[in-house]
Amino acid sequence: MIRLNFELPSLTLGKSAALDVSSPSSEEDSYALEVRDLNVYYGSFRAVKDINLKLPKRKITAFIGPSGCGKSTLLRTFNRMNDLIPGVRVEGEVLFNGHNIYAPGVDAVEVRRRIGMVFQKPNPFPKSIYENIAWGARINGYRGNMDELVEQTLRQAALWDEVKDKLYQSGLSLSGGQQQRLCIARAIAIKPEIILMDEPASALDPISTLKIEELMRHLAENYTIVVVTHNMQQAARISDYTAFLMMDEDRAGYLVEYGTTAQIFTNPREKATEDYITGRFG
Amino acid sequence: MIKRSSHSAGLEPAPFGEDVQLRRNLAVRHRVGAVWHVLFLLALIIGIIALTALIYNILDQTFGLVAVEFKVPPHELAQDGVPLEELSDAQLIALLEARVSKGVLRRLKAEQPLEQRDREELLSLVYERVVQPKIVKSWSLTDSLLRRRSVELEVAQKYPSAQLQFRSWLNPNFINRPQSSDPQVAGVRTAILGSLWTIVITILVAFPLGVGAAIYLEEYAADNALNRLIQTNINNLAGVPSIIYGMLGLAIFVRALEPLTSGALVGGAADPTTANGRTILSAGLTLALLVLPLLIVNAQEAIRAVPSSLREAGYALGATKWQVIRDHVLPNALPGILTGTILSISRAMGETAPLIVVGASTYIVYDPYSPFFKFTTLPVQIYQWTARPQQGFRNIAAAAIVVLLVLLLSLNAAAIIMRNRFSRRLI
Repeated sequence: MIRLNFELPSLTLGKSAALDVSSPSSEEDSYALEVRDLNVYYGSFRAVKDINLKLPKRKITAFIGPSGCGKSTLLRTFNRMNDLIPGVRVEGEVLFNGHNIYAPGVDAVEVRRRIGMVFQKPNPFPKSIYENIAWGARINGYRGNMDELVEQTLRQAALWDEVKDKLYQSGLSLSGGQQQRLCIARAIAIKPEIILMDEPASALDPISTLKIEELMRHLAENYTIVVVTHNMQQAARISDYTAFLMMDEDRAGYLVEYGTTAQIFTNPREKATEDYITGRFG
Repeated sequence: MIKRSSHSAGLEPAPFGEDVQLRRNLAVRHRVGAVWHVLFLLALIIGIIALTALIYNILDQTFGLVAVEFKVPPHELAQDGVPLEELSDAQLIALLEARVSKGVLRRLKAEQPLEQRDREELLSLVYERVVQPKIVKSWSLTDSLLRRRSVELEVAQKYPSAQLQFRSWLNPNFINRPQSSDPQVAGVRTAILGSLWTIVITILVAFPLGVGAAIYLEEYAADNALNRLIQTNINNLAGVPSIIYGMLGLAIFVRALEPLTSGALVGGAADPTTANGRTILSAGLTLALLVLPLLIVNAQEAIRAVPSSLREAGYALGATKWQVIRDHVLPNALPGILTGTILSISRAMGETAPLIVVGASTYIVYDPYSPFFKFTTLPVQIYQWTARPQQGFRNIAAAAIVVLLVLLLSLNAAAIIMRNRFSRRLI
């Protein structure tokens, strides 16, 4: 694979001391995100409790678990998307490059600029394909050659050949699978360090799903990817690490087991994990 | 089963088996459905009848036969077999010199020497000053078409010197002439201009305020008791009777802010007849207040209809709130916002009561050329004409209604075309 140049010199960000990447330690070298004693509340309801996790860099980590166990909620705490929902409260820490993204003074906008997200339902902007890619870079102050960036990004997302002749058509004119790859391209156009994916293929047909999975494997060479999925085969196929979450009696999601995907799927330590994976519940 | 089916007379032979219960039940359900179908159709028909009656009523008054009496019949003014309409300029001037009183002639010449006026103007002067047609009676369109004989008979008996003509009260002169106390020469020019001035001020004030408030309420305001109270009040204000806004406009814009609305403060008091605060500006601001709640509620709905997935997509790319609003929420809400604006404009165009309270003038013969002018608008003009006892005013009121409707429809059409162009560009 061609190693693409990810330098984006003109994309300068505000100097937030809290998120300064230039203070590495041995620990931060290998982990992209570290979650410590995380609890998420919707009002008085605790949706996710006592999560402790370390997500390695440039790997794909999959979150699996039955519906309503808080996988998506957990994922959305990683780039502070939950801030947008009224009444959500987060306790605990999420360390990104060793710095808590929930520390006072941290700008959620900067967090989201560095930790991108792809959603369950493809949601391209009702603008041209070109503009879908260019918008994120432009609002973040990118002043380089936009045509180049758009082409480079679409190539990375393995979408260039399919859309190069219709860059100025609406993003909504694409098929569902293409739309989702456009959304992935849009996310990587601003060069985040982590990409969060919330069931990115659940609304797609098997062939489109396969393309997305190939793309994810390819992107994992350069990005840390965290993916929520309902599809256990998918988790087994694409992820390096797997976290299994479940709902407790108080309906709060908790982390049952976390390990390499091979270990979770072949030799789970917990009975619940084994039951879920073998399809005995969930 | 078979036994029961033999009792059920009137049912067709069943192709799918002999479930009599089901078939009977089905027949009843279809019957009930058919009744509702007819009821809905009836509702539509009644609506269409009402609308047709309205339009018929207006057009019935706008066109029709009139009996005209002349002080000097035009045929008497013909010279050497040449009818009045075809006389030369010089002959027309001679006619005026001979037949119009000295005082009037002097005044006309002071305005503009007769020789410099064009033929059209001279001819209309001859009609106005010499022929002096006077409509003594007018008939509705229905009477003119269906009872022509009896109309002719009536004219012959009651107005032997009168001439029967078919007249369209809606004509270019009517649109182009200012208000007058004589229905024959009165026009709606000043009223149209007044309406346009007022509506422009209304839009300029209400659109930015309404959209701004809607954006704040939808995108920024927290969901707390105070904001819910504000929201409830805005919803209720949209239903407040318009005359109350008239009172408000009178108290605030005409009285309290008189130095501003009369133009004295900005040195633009254009109207020598001193409008005090009863100016186009006051009227426009009052109407802006009136449509503001309507506009806010509509814009809020349009903004709420923008899928939250679009906002999330924007935020997930590291956009600030304003960037998301500017580039995604507003462009996608714009067609809906414009629809609300169109509705608001229509509402404001047709308002009469608040403007009368604010102090619309009855009689304006000069074109308004600044927002500090005294004002009248089409609906106000119509209202005042319908209140007059003379038959002629009822005719021109109907003609003015046609003008108002056409003006409204063309404004709406323009707004809709603009909206469609916007939404096409964005998708």
